[in-house]
Amino acid sequence: MEKCRRLNAPFLEKEASNLRAGDEILLSGVIYTARDAAHKRMSEALARNEKLKVDLSGAVIFYAGPAPARPGEPMGSIGPTTSYRMDPYTLLLLELGVKGMIGKGERSEDVVSSMKKNGAVYLGATGGIAALLARTIVASRVLDYEDLGPEALRELEVRDMPLVVLIDSLGNSMYREGPAKYGKNGK
Amino acid sequence: MRQVPAEQVTETVERLFIEANYHLPPDMVSVLEKGEREEQNPVAKSVFRTILENRRVASEGKFPLCQDCGMAVVFLDMGQETAVTGGNLENAVNEGVRRAYDKGYLRKSIVGEPLFERKNTGDNTPAILHVRVVPGERVAITVAPKGAGSENMSALAMLSPAAGPEGVERFVIETVRKAGPNPCPPIVVGVGVGSDFEGVAELAKRALLRPAESSSSHPRYAALEAELLRKINDLGIGAAGYGGTVTALGVNIEWAPTHIACMPVAVNLCCHANRHCSAEI
Ligand code: SF4
Repeated sequence: MEKCRRLNAPFLEKEASNLRAGDEILLSGVIYTARDAAHKRMSEALARNEKLKVDLSGAVIFYAGPAPARPGEPMGSIGPTTSYRMDPYTLLLLELGVKGMIGKGERSEDVVSSMKKNGAVYLGATGGIAALLARTIVASRVLDYEDLGPEALRELEVRDMPLVVLIDSLGNSMYREGPAKYGKNGK
Repeated sequence: MRQVPAEQVTETVERLFIEANYHLPPDMVSVLEKGEREEQNPVAKSVFRTILENRRVASEGKFPLCQDCGMAVVFLDMGQETAVTGGNLENAVNEGVRRAYDKGYLRKSIVGEPLFERKNTGDNTPAILHVRVVPGERVAITVAPKGAGSENMSALAMLSPAAGPEGVERFVIETVRKAGPNPCPPIVVGVGVGSDFEGVAELAKRALLRPAESSSSHPRYAALEAELLRKINDLGIGAAGYGGTVTALGVNIEWAPTHIACMPVAVNLCCHANRHCSAEI
């Protein structure tokens, strides 16, 4: 793995294109949380030609639904949910400017080809280290869909969130290369 | 007849769910420490270290282990010589879940109706409640908050008896291979063999309650567990799916009698946040 570099969100295609699968990064800046239900609502709103409350250009979307924050804390435990469930909604979002996604698990071929076309990256946070990730969130507010509870659309300010590049904008995947090297079944 | 107030059931369930969501059981900590020592891929090794660090931070009681605080699965062994008084047992359990997820700042992840509305119930109820009536006066409660990442990758097959142990092996390994990084490896693999369609799924879930490093008391099943663990780790999926030599921390098989024509097998995967906690009333 390459050595850790810092990245600021939102970011441009050019910055995304410098990242390679396997790179470790520390992400700071402003990102958004949206998971299953928020994706559904966003795509329904877009289909009705409504404007979203999130600026998608250069945006990074974190597939996450946090635990409630304790009083005095900006955030409760937070971590990635499995990304494939967002695949059906992702193509449109990539076309509209999303440059980064944070999740866990494989993506569909369609998503990967759209990432290549639009110069986007897929970043991984380790699943199940949510107490540690919570401490990288500096501020958080609900942007929309508050009634969805943990699934609301949120804006987060993050500092030095530890992530790994899972799929880069050339389509290289850490999930393919890692297991291929350590597997003993030739799969 | 012994009497147990419903309120006591509620309080116990509440305490156990908070405890389970903040404190990883000792058997999981020990297999994670062992995994960290044995893992050969440096990137995956550092995932193990992060998981152990996460567990330490969670145990301070401010942030739960995982943001997915799970479906509230409750196993209740009810001594037949004991009566629950002052309330209904199921309501008492659900009230315990409600209080735990509120007071413990745990995420509420249950939708009331699964297909059309999918509206969050707001309090993580209803619980999935498995009650067994047992001899004596004992009331034993085990709670197991179960995350969806690994639950979604679980599978069930009605194999033909002719498929034999090889058939079971193939199905288990194929399930883990297909799951890849999704269930947050390193995982614990709960396997049920026998019973019927719904019974085998419960066996697999109960298998996850056994300590990750324990072996079946039946020598042939114990040997199958060891064989499966080796073959799963040969898949190379590794911690977080980043590639590595430790994908599973344990394989636990529970079995039960079945029909002459049946050989059901269920695989319930659980992430490294294999949370469970027990108490007796
Ligand atoms: S699978 Fe387990 S560790 Fe991963 S997000 Fe779900 S509950 Fe957390």
